Amino acid sequence: MAMVNIKIEGRSYQVEEGLTILEAARKCGYKIPSLCAYMDGRCSKASCRVCLVEVKGARGLVASCVYPVSEGMEITISSQKAIEARRTSVELLLSNHHKNCLQCDKNGRCELLEVSKMVGAREGKFIGEMSPTTYDEVAPSIIRDTSKCILCGRCVETCRELQGIGILSFQKRGFKTYVGPTENRSFANSPCMQCGQCVLVCPTGALMEKSEIGKVDKAMKEGKYVIVQTAPAVRAAIGEEFGDRIGTPATGKMVAALHRLGFYRVFDVNFGADLTIMEEATELLHRIKNGGVLPQITSCSPGWINYMEYFYSDLIPNVSTCKSPHQMQGAIIKSYYAENHGIDPKDLFVVSIMPCTAKKYEKERPGQGHDGINDVDAVLTTRELARMIKRSGIDWKHLPDEEFDDDLIGSYSGAGVIFGVTGGVMEAALRTAYKVLTGHEHDLISFKEVRGLQGVRDAEIDINGTKIKVAMASGMKSAKVLLDQIRDGKSPYAFIEIMGCPGGCVNGGGQPYVKPMFLPNEDDDILYTYRQKRASVLYSEDERQKIRQSHNNPDIIKLYKDYLGEPCSEKAEELLHTFYNANRERYPHK
Amino acid sequence: MADIIKSMEQLQARIKNCTKCLDDKINGRDGKRHIVVCGGTGCLSSDSHEIINELNRLIKERGIEDKVTVNVVGCFGFCSQGPFVKIYPEDRLYHAVKVSDCTRIIDQDIIGGQCIVELLYEDPTTHQKVEKQDDINFYKKQIRIALHGCSLINPEILDEALGYDAFKALAKVLTMQPQEVIDEILTSGLRGRGGGGFPTGRKWQFAKDQNSEEKYVVCNGDEGDPGAFMDRSILEGNPIAVIEGMMIAGYAIGAKNGYFYVRAEYPIAVARLRTAIQQLEAVGLLGDDILGSGFSFRCHVRLGAGAFVCGEETALLNSIEGQRGMPRPRPPFPAVKGLWGKPTIINNVETLADVPYIIRVGGKEFAKIGTEKSKGTKVFALGGKVNNVGLVEVPMGTTLRELIFDIGGGIPNNKKFKAIQTGGPSGGCLTEKDLDVPIDYDTLIARGSMMGSGGAIVMDEDNCMVDVAKFYMEFICDESCGKCTPCRIGTKRMLEVLTKITKGKGTLQDIEDLKELANATKNNSVCGLGQTAANPVASTMNNFREEYLAHVVEHKCPAHVCKAMMSYEIQADKCKKCSLCARNCPVNAINGVIGKEPYHIDQSKCIKCGACVSNCRFGAIIKK
Repeated sequence: MAMVNIKIEGRSYQVEEGLTILEAARKCGYKIPSLCAYMDGRCSKASCRVCLVEVKGARGLVASCVYPVSEGMEITISSQKAIEARRTSVELLLSNHHKNCLQCDKNGRCELLEVSKMVGAREGKFIGEMSPTTYDEVAPSIIRDTSKCILCGRCVETCRELQGIGILSFQKRGFKTYVGPTENRSFANSPCMQCGQCVLVCPTGALMEKSEIGKVDKAMKEGKYVIVQTAPAVRAAIGEEFGDRIGTPATGKMVAALHRLGFYRVFDVNFGADLTIMEEATELLHRIKNGGVLPQITSCSPGWINYMEYFYSDLIPNVSTCKSPHQMQGAIIKSYYAENHGIDPKDLFVVSIMPCTAKKYEKERPGQGHDGINDVDAVLTTRELARMIKRSGIDWKHLPDEEFDDDLIGSYSGAGVIFGVTGGVMEAALRTAYKVLTGHEHDLISFKEVRGLQGVRDAEIDINGTKIKVAMASGMKSAKVLLDQIRDGKSPYAFIEIMGCPGGCVNGGGQPYVKPMFLPNEDDDILYTYRQKRASVLYSEDERQKIRQSHNNPDIIKLYKDYLGEPCSEKAEELLHTFYNANRERYPHK
Repeated sequence: MADIIKSMEQLQARIKNCTKCLDDKINGRDGKRHIVVCGGTGCLSSDSHEIINELNRLIKERGIEDKVTVNVVGCFGFCSQGPFVKIYPEDRLYHAVKVSDCTRIIDQDIIGGQCIVELLYEDPTTHQKVEKQDDINFYKKQIRIALHGCSLINPEILDEALGYDAFKALAKVLTMQPQEVIDEILTSGLRGRGGGGFPTGRKWQFAKDQNSEEKYVVCNGDEGDPGAFMDRSILEGNPIAVIEGMMIAGYAIGAKNGYFYVRAEYPIAVARLRTAIQQLEAVGLLGDDILGSGFSFRCHVRLGAGAFVCGEETALLNSIEGQRGMPRPRPPFPAVKGLWGKPTIINNVETLADVPYIIRVGGKEFAKIGTEKSKGTKVFALGGKVNNVGLVEVPMGTTLRELIFDIGGGIPNNKKFKAIQTGGPSGGCLTEKDLDVPIDYDTLIARGSMMGSGGAIVMDEDNCMVDVAKFYMEFICDESCGKCTPCRIGTKRMLEVLTKITKGKGTLQDIEDLKELANATKNNSVCGLGQTAANPVASTMNNFREEYLAHVVEHKCPAHVCKAMMSYEIQADKCKKCSLCARNCPVNAINGVIGKEPYHIDQSKCIKCGACVSNCRFGAIIKK
């Protein structure tokens, strides 16, 4: 890598060529405030004008987030001119920002607030009219409140670049400019997959998940049997909300906290994941044996399902009919579990703690629930759970490790745990398929060839001479490659795993925010490593399990023996499978 | 017409033929009379199209089709006096012609051979009738380079253009090396006419030095300044010259494709441009292997949708690509990474129109016109409080006094000159003390304004400069793309402060805030729009500080424009008690007794519409 000599604040440094001033300054130990820049300063917008610095010889001030360093460049961050310029930009943003900070759920993770502190914004400077605002709370998962939007464009970029969809864009001009779906529609009336990746990158409270804490409170008040179940990826990240370093496992503390919050039972969705594997692997083997539609595509990720219905509804025959793990588990709680305990399902209230915003929508889809009874009644994101814990006086630091409740559906396998990372569902399914096809367990247990965090991966698995080609994709921009292959009749795969969010559920839209400015103890490259760190929590929990294949989970075996019969039986189809809608308003891609 | 021109020899022959044809026409050697009628947007909206129809009808009726022709030509520039009708070979110019004048023109002039004196232009000072265009003061100091051929040739007929120098420059260029072409432009000292004034040759050089299969030339015809219409008139009057300029640029940098980005509000310009492209394609002057030289070039037209910011070059590129018109950060500059990521030069219409002339006469010759650092001519759209409103092309270095008083004919109604705004909403105002400054890029910037694309709005003592600043700020506020903070919010806050001041509620602190905001917007914005958005505010504050102070300290508007701080009063001694004011008052705020008692205005009811003033025949009502 070629190096260039630059001066920052009069001191000489050597930095890599091609870096932006913002990146270079960070590497040399300087912190320039910035808002629109994301992913370590790589951005193409330079719109917020909060990162302005002086460069000798340049006309006016330059935006450090886009301006590349060059040989001999002399950069000044602390001149009065630069300090005042950055402060004015922030003060102008604040003059058009709905400042109800005390009640804002983003408080504590609000980059605008933090940057205002950094630049020393003065109170009440530049008071004036506010831009017309929109408060969209119609969609089940995400709220858009333009009164807090600073038009940084991160969400626009994320939706377009990461998910390849681009439903968000700048609209109108000048002071009336806003970011939103076309014609300022609600997320509910636009082809939004509700993945929440935009929420993750939003620097303010303009994009937030739609909270369902109130629903849970109400159920508690009404004296229902409120059962909580947590998705695998939640344990890999919830500790971050309480100051743990990224990648700290928090299963025990999380369970302890849930017990203290007064839930009737605390279950792990890993059981549901095991159940999903039993059904999905069986479905796949049926398809292979009976010449069904291949490749089969997983259906665990509701974001992906939304996307598929909008853009690839012709591939519905390829998508597994399995409900997602927490919906399956909810269905089992409200039938098998309720019957066993003699509880009226109507008195049960199932809460799912999910790394996901789309799950909020999923629970309300047609084809979920049974006889007018919901499988799941409320979905909270990891962040919402943290909020519940904080408000109830629980001190995370002093929580002991506790175990999930062992009550009919309490046990789980390592295969279920790794559902939380891209490739995990594939690996779990392969472990079971291997047993079904060969009659014995795979010696190594793991199928490491399907692991990894790249957007699209594939592998060829040799099961006693039978070669199965599989592929994994996370994030819709990556998935599109595989989907177009299928559409063109050129897909060589038998089974494809698709996750809505890049990296899988560990990076779901409901997970704690990864904002370097609030993470002083993390490495500088944390934005590039946090997915891996969270994923390794799940892989090590898998390795610690005695039982590591779904079909060996004793509670699963019992469930089939006592209640469902066998995978894909009539009863199982009724409770655990769903259907899709080919007629949601379509938005054809070119 | 559709004979394909395959070689240089064929082109030369065609040019020779067309030149003779046009020359014969103008000098009457073909034994006919020729009537030309202005077909610019201004004259067309004053019925010049009907004039042409009527003339044709009369010619047919009188059976003199073989003795006279009627032709449409581009803009004459003197728009306040249009529509124009010119008669060749006499070179006689009739102004402000109405459809009803056509019979006279045919019977008295064409058939009778007599000049219609009433239709000639009358000099406002000497009251002499002037027959020939060149003798009119408005035209005397002008040199037509960018406007070459406008008002002379029919912009929709290729052979007329070929008869008037078109493609002579391209023919020459095709025998030169690309570097020689760039050197010629560098020698000429040509600078971008869109406002920035960047040396055109250097821009071309950057793009030429890029190693890329695909490069583009873009012509910026998104003229958005209020009151400016230079580019429109050039495209309407001689589109082929601009196309030729673009082709020369393409040859120089190694581009095979050019894009015209013209605002959709210019339908005539767009139509004529498209016609010209079609005609050139039909004869093989656009397309592959032009004149057997191996040089291929194609032109494409894209329409703007009315956003001012799309005149900013990177926003314009986004718009051509089908993206929202928002500027891109620089670097990378368009010459390195422009349209679809390829090296691209973006030149203004007027810049490209100058190029064929430079090649024809040589860079050195062009550089003889103008000042040391600003060469050639500049077209201005002169408007506002000036007698001669229209389009003028003057050499760089002409003084404002010459522009406003000699060419523009001074201020109407003997009012006092106050200021001239150059550069539109991005520019600033210049005052009395600047009148004798030679106009060029650098002197204007040194005096707090800028050349801009050539808008020049004259203001007199009746203009309130705070109100003027507010007007431009309103425009910018509406037209900001909303991308960057200072431009999106800063301009709005400035507008709010200006509004407060014009409502008589301003304070001294507001002036300080205005300064701070103006500075921030100037230094911190992404693109030229934001960086220059505060210029009108800054320059009016510098030049007319006492007027701002009068607003905030004395709460008075010295020019009596800001309604909150002025009132109308009827002077009892001048009032003839005729009741005309009272009868025209829309809110019944004026009372008096007809013929008996002088009228007076009830200030609590008055909405300051001014209807009374315009109806009073005795000048009895004054602003206070």
